[in-house]
Amino acid sequence: MLDAEFFRRWMTATAASVDREAERLTALDSPIGDADHGSNLQRGFTAVTAELEKEAPATPGAILILAGRQLISTVGGASGPLYGTLLRRTGKALGDAGEVGEDEFAKALRAGVDAVMTLGGAAPGDKTMIDALVPAVDALGDGFVAARAAAEEGAVATTPLQARKGRASYLGERSIGHQDPGATSSALLIAALTEAAGE
Amino acid sequence: MKMLINVAESVVADALRGMAAAHPELVVDVDKRVIVRRDAPVAGKVGLVSGGGSGHEPLHGGFVGPGMLSAACPGEVFTSPVPDQMVRAAAAVDSGAGVLFIVKNYTGDVLNFDMAAELAEDEGIQVAKVLVNDDVAVTDSLYTAGRRGTGATLFVEKIAGAAADEGQPLEQVEAIGRQVNDNSRSFGVALSACTTPAKGSPTFDLPPGELELGIGIHGEPGRERRAMMTSGEIADFAVGAVLEDMTPRNPVLVLVNGMGGTPLLELYGFNAEVQRVLAERGVAVARTLVGNYVTSLDMAGASVTLCQVDEELLRLWDAPVNTPGLRWGM
Repeated sequence: MLDAEFFRRWMTATAASVDREAERLTALDSPIGDADHGSNLQRGFTAVTAELEKEAPATPGAILILAGRQLISTVGGASGPLYGTLLRRTGKALGDAGEVGEDEFAKALRAGVDAVMTLGGAAPGDKTMIDALVPAVDALGDGFVAARAAAEEGAVATTPLQARKGRASYLGERSIGHQDPGATSSALLIAALTEAAGE
Repeated sequence: MKMLINVAESVVADALRGMAAAHPELVVDVDKRVIVRRDAPVAGKVGLVSGGGSGHEPLHGGFVGPGMLSAACPGEVFTSPVPDQMVRAAAAVDSGAGVLFIVKNYTGDVLNFDMAAELAEDEGIQVAKVLVNDDVAVTDSLYTAGRRGTGATLFVEKIAGAAADEGQPLEQVEAIGRQVNDNSRSFGVALSACTTPAKGSPTFDLPPGELELGIGIHGEPGRERRAMMTSGEIADFAVGAVLEDMTPRNPVLVLVNGMGGTPLLELYGFNAEVQRVLAERGVAVARTLVGNYVTSLDMAGASVTLCQVDEELLRLWDAPVNTPGLRWGM
């Protein structure tokens, strides 16, 4: 079972890994975007951990809802609403249970990913965060380690694609040959699950 | 890259402090990041709120004032503001006549303004939206995020601003804003990449002998790269690209807009070439504006925006305006 403490560790581990990888995310965003993905997410997740230290929600759902709301009001750009919606809708789907099973979490995360697809209008293959998140959710039934591998593979697989959503889409064919920064940061979020679980 | 800043993290806040000091006619909330006309809300007047990433100055904060925007929300550099800022701005300028959001077509701006519209409506504020998407360099298809919003933003903000100042109702101001956007097309070129404070080095690599065609306003590369051309050749290309997409039946407003790093000497010279091309193509020019209005930090380059106007739109364009970045007739 996954308790509130697990979800708090998930957010903290994500924040730490976004900190570590901020420069790499920004470098990936530079040839096809506007070179700020790392610094924007860093600002958001720093605010999330600060908020979680101040306020201590008792349930997994409440933690993710709080984190999502915090991302929406600090990140800006497309990443704010998209990551914010991902966490908020996952949190909402978890309801007010004090602990959730891994299957339940997988179902809730799928609801969150579906909400992101609806909001951003992106589908798999559009070279966005969805390309890491969908395979991760599909693999989540086999555990966090499998989900992490699937997300990383999904992120790498965005390289040969032509972007069809977001700012990279303005480049048309010139977006080909670059790994998508959003898919890369999504892979970090999923990888942080294994850290939170101590795997 | 040398920059006149303290640290990257405080660039936007520092600029807002300086703006507040220079423009007492504006209320600048540095913490909440909202710039509002001091006399807002104006009774019976539709509030005009725009915003987007910082780095495009004077857009949008520099266009707040009588005859144009009621409030602006600056985001981080090249990053959309967050819904909290927009809701705050809407609440500050709503006199009960409603608020029009003017939104450039970027995924982040659209998502954040849509979230803000929902929240503002929950607070009882009537909100309408005009989406600006004038950039012909981007293919508008199911497979892109649609055309970018660039230079036409100035035309929409000015003309809708004049309509709002006359006391026209929300749906009318919205309709005028949409009409201006529908009548406008832009194309931009870059002679250099820009440098964001966070990154500290140029966002893309552009060798001295080359230029980027079809750029946006966020330091992203354009649709193709070519060997450097003369001002006249660039005008032929840029105006040609715009006219491939529109056939003006009326006179046009012309905006020859600098991207931030090109001096006026060059922009005026470029404008001479733009006017030549328009004359050759038989396009009548009603008014021309030359300067740095919708910029991309220190990027060298320029964009051309045309907006075809009837008598009514031209009357609203000529109406008095008094903002830090645009001022005439008063």
